Amino acid sequence: MRYLDEYRDPVLARRLITEIRAAATREWSIMEVCGGQTHTIVRQGIDELVPVRMVHGPGCPVCVTPLEVIDRALAIAARPEVIFTSFGDMLRVPGSVTDLLSAKARGADVRVVYSPLDAVRLARRNPGREVVFFAVGFETTAPANAMAVLKAAEEGLANFSMLVSHVLVPPAIAAIMESATVDAFLAAGHVCAVMGWTEYEPLAEKYRVPIVVTGFEPLDLLEGILMAVRQLEEGRFAVENQYARAVRRTGNPAAQGAMRRAFSVSDQTWRGIGPIPASGLVLAPAFASFDAAVRFGALGVTAVEDPACIAGEILRGTRTPLQCAAYGTRCTPRRPLGAPMVSSEGTCAAYFNAGREPQP
Amino acid sequence: MTRPLALSADPIAATCPAPLAENERVLLGHGSGGQLMAELLADLTPRLGTPALDDAAIVVTGRPEIVLSTDSFVVTPRFFAGGDIGSLAVHGTVNDVAMMGARPVALSLAYIVEEGLPLEELRLVTASVARAARACGVPVVTGDTKVVGRGAADGLYLTTTGVGVRLPGACVSASQAQPGDLVLLSGPIGLHGVSILSTREGLGFDSEIASDTRPLHRLVATMIAAGAQDVHVLRDPTRGGLASALNEIATASSVGIELEESSLPVPAQVAAACEVLGLDPLHVANEGCLVAFVAQEAAGRVLRAMRRLPEGARAKLIGRACDAHHGRVVMRTLVGSRRIVDMLVGEQLPRIC
Amino acid sequence: MCLGVPGRIVGPGLVDFDGVRRDVCLEFTPEARIGDYVIVHVGFAISIVDAAEAERTLAILRSIPGGLDEVSG
Repeated sequence: MRYLDEYRDPVLARRLITEIRAAATREWSIMEVCGGQTHTIVRQGIDELVPVRMVHGPGCPVCVTPLEVIDRALAIAARPEVIFTSFGDMLRVPGSVTDLLSAKARGADVRVVYSPLDAVRLARRNPGREVVFFAVGFETTAPANAMAVLKAAEEGLANFSMLVSHVLVPPAIAAIMESATVDAFLAAGHVCAVMGWTEYEPLAEKYRVPIVVTGFEPLDLLEGILMAVRQLEEGRFAVENQYARAVRRTGNPAAQGAMRRAFSVSDQTWRGIGPIPASGLVLAPAFASFDAAVRFGALGVTAVEDPACIAGEILRGTRTPLQCAAYGTRCTPRRPLGAPMVSSEGTCAAYFNAGREPQP
Repeated sequence: MTRPLALSADPIAATCPAPLAENERVLLGHGSGGQLMAELLADLTPRLGTPALDDAAIVVTGRPEIVLSTDSFVVTPRFFAGGDIGSLAVHGTVNDVAMMGARPVALSLAYIVEEGLPLEELRLVTASVARAARACGVPVVTGDTKVVGRGAADGLYLTTTGVGVRLPGACVSASQAQPGDLVLLSGPIGLHGVSILSTREGLGFDSEIASDTRPLHRLVATMIAAGAQDVHVLRDPTRGGLASALNEIATASSVGIELEESSLPVPAQVAAACEVLGLDPLHVANEGCLVAFVAQEAAGRVLRAMRRLPEGARAKLIGRACDAHHGRVVMRTLVGSRRIVDMLVGEQLPRIC
Repeated sequence: MCLGVPGRIVGPGLVDFDGVRRDVCLEFTPEARIGDYVIVHVGFAISIVDAAEAERTLAILRSIPGGLDEVSG
């Protein structure tokens, strides 16, 4: 595919690896923020080819969706009048006792959609049912989910609502930097396609870390790593843009506009990390009537995460899965406790799937 | 400083020591040809009091050996680009018999029909069964028809059972792969699964992708004629895709398998659909290609024979079996690193991240 | 969260990904024209691919001297 295949060229990849090896005088720690980047790094084995410690960041918003929000989704999905729609990723993520796939097997009407607008279409076609969309995501997805509620409001679709659990990346980077041992960040290219990179400039300045806006193909990631390593070697800490073909400094104003109309910034809990101030989005007051948690009385559903889980420290790179008492025993990819085991690219799941176990 | 988890050779044991009561229900993913399905079968087969079951089995030993296989077909939509439930029901069982190194000789056909199904649709499917069977040269010799109440089934299900005679010289099985064997693939992957996925509500997209459903018994006969005992394993990577089939072979034969990512034949439209939905082409179902493990010295001969038939015209070498990382499939990636190729876990779900 | 795939706009609200076509909402890229490539995420174009920047990135990568092209994996 155009704009993908060129960035998978093995010859250029090997040259970039050689460049990175030549440029790095020590083993720098670089965190890639986005699960999509982790996916490429793990699937292509990039972390094993470069002399850099790649720290897999908070990953995907699916995995950091708080336990109690999943439990709310399950409570809502179980209602007979509800068609519960979701991105496919969410269906396997376990709540306190079950997941949406199992709920479906027990009779809940759970359907996978590719786009939030598909959920709006379902609401239009099923006026006798309540269609609920599980609106999760980083800033990349927020404008699309915003558009769903804006369209539903415009059309007066009273049978549409959203269970919202949106997270914002910059506050999470700040939270990670407060206690982390990460030398540089690869910022998520598609988040920045929407938001631009101006919000990252004060972070680079304050924490004196290089931040490189990076794409998702092997050459993108390798070039992003090279740019970060060069900054580190030269003692610089700027925001640079590797993903210039898709990202502009101020992002996408139309997408940001939709996001601002539909959502307001709020405090947000991240599964496995805990609460981070001003790191999430909720429906704006004008759209409060589309809040599924309110409409179906699910706000009372609460859940407590397992205290054995050290996901927060793993995400910060201060401990490894092998130092966790629950790893491989009470916590496995099939029965995950925290975000890094939930995602197939999470650090814990990656360790588990590679057969790594603590030395006796 | 790592060594393999003792448990990881057996994902079932590693991840499912004591199923939660909550999970004691069948999920759609239990039927998707991946790890969940393997768990379900590991639970059920001991209750049958038989050893592990393959897609087909030898039921009469001696000469000739007689092979038996059965398969049910529940595909929706029933008519799709490249085929329909009728042709699929013929090809699926013909291929399962063929993967034992056998020549299929007869089929049975059973219908489960939901009350209310338009009769015309039943006629169309039946005509398609007849056409496919004729083209395969394998007659449908017996059958059964049941009608269930509205809502008790989704339109129409078919079950076919096939009987075959093992080809002279054939001694293939999933446990026969030897270190050093070369891995041959008869054609491009992902076409069937993507053509079905493209019709799903909520995922729908347009393309010219057509299912690859086709019979493979003539290809098998050609391969056995060219390679005889040097053809060690034959498998059609249906549900669960090539990744799941190779993992099963690696486990059954206690070998490691090494793949070259650059040599995998993924058609452009399959690659594009997988990019858009976030799927791995290695996990997508196929209905018209086979993977073979062939002794190195015979591989060239077998490959040339395959390429003489239309269904094997694009056959190629994709990897080799080795005497390391037993039970695991490892792929050399485009950028030159190596990664483990896992089985599909459960249902294939589109990703957004 | 970031699965974004480049595709070419072939009609009003229609994007082609190497022969696979899907409805895509183009409201966030009002300046996009037929023939432009856009990055599509969950059915929305979030960015127009800048062909000149894409070429510039590749040119930089291609200008890296080959030298020891083979590195062990």
